[in-house]
Amino acid sequence: MTLKAGEKARIAKQFIEAIPFSKALGMNLDDIGDGFAVISMPWNEDLVGDPQSGVIHGGAVSALMDTCGGAAVMSHPDAPAGTATIDLRIDYMRPATPGQRIIARAECYNVTRSVGFVRASAFDEDEDRPVATAAGAFTVERPKEKEAKA
Amino acid sequence: MTRPRPEPVQVVKERRDRALELLVKGVPYARFMGIEFDRRGDELTAIMHYNEKLIGNPFLPALHGGAIASFLEMTSIIGLSWQTLWDDIESGRTAAEDLSPETMPRLPKTIDFTVDYLRAGLPRDAYARARVNRSGRRYASVHVEAWQDNRDKLFAQATGHFLMPSRNGNGARVG
Repeated sequence: MTLKAGEKARIAKQFIEAIPFSKALGMNLDDIGDGFAVISMPWNEDLVGDPQSGVIHGGAVSALMDTCGGAAVMSHPDAPAGTATIDLRIDYMRPATPGQRIIARAECYNVTRSVGFVRASAFDEDEDRPVATAAGAFTVERPKEKEAKA
Repeated sequence: MTRPRPEPVQVVKERRDRALELLVKGVPYARFMGIEFDRRGDELTAIMHYNEKLIGNPFLPALHGGAIASFLEMTSIIGLSWQTLWDDIESGRTAAEDLSPETMPRLPKTIDFTVDYLRAGLPRDAYARARVNRSGRRYASVHVEAWQDNRDKLFAQATGHFLMPSRNGNGARVG
């Protein structure tokens, strides 16, 4: 890769903000750097999973974690852009408070030739108690011809 | 011994369909995602109708991993809740006619959920079925499988653990 870190972050931001599903959920890329990403999502009535409490559906939190994890992999210095989720496990610690924004932080802590390993956590306005944590594995997609030369 | 005469089929169907509709229509995220449930007896098949907003990779194009996770988790929660609701209605513990959005049983809460992405989700309708492997008083374990064109070629599967709603709290318990 010959791209500078700043350039790569700019491309990643553009790429992530063009994802239709992330857009539909109102996600915003707050920060991105070498192997980490911060993405937030506002509370929205459409995303409610429990009508009696107004709590956002776990699936929407998964979607936020998945997007954030993918962004962390794409921004890793050793990973060329382009990734897909292999597996993702989410642990739900508590319901997100209705009306509050959810912020996910993901870190791609290891990259091999083919796999990026990610940890992530999600918080609402209470920054001391996580709403959810996640662990996942993502593909690292390398261009075919480059792979042959390497 | 005389067996009570079975109820007319449309009465039974209407009662079951109404309970399922109340369960699903109460979840705004299901409507947002375009997820519906098809019922055959007690078996549910979830359908996620394709929509451009479900895309995660516009270049392939492929469904977003988060949309797939949402679909699987929704199928698990509704499937689990439906199993309890079905038992309550069929046994007469709950009168289906008395069910309303306010008196519906609380939904199970997800403890953890692990999604296994087997192949890219194509830009078309997707189907899923959940199997409740264990359902205790407090905890339940559910496995769910999703496919598109071919039932034998799963594109994703997941396993999750859920906290069951309290049976003596608010809910549609009769008597």
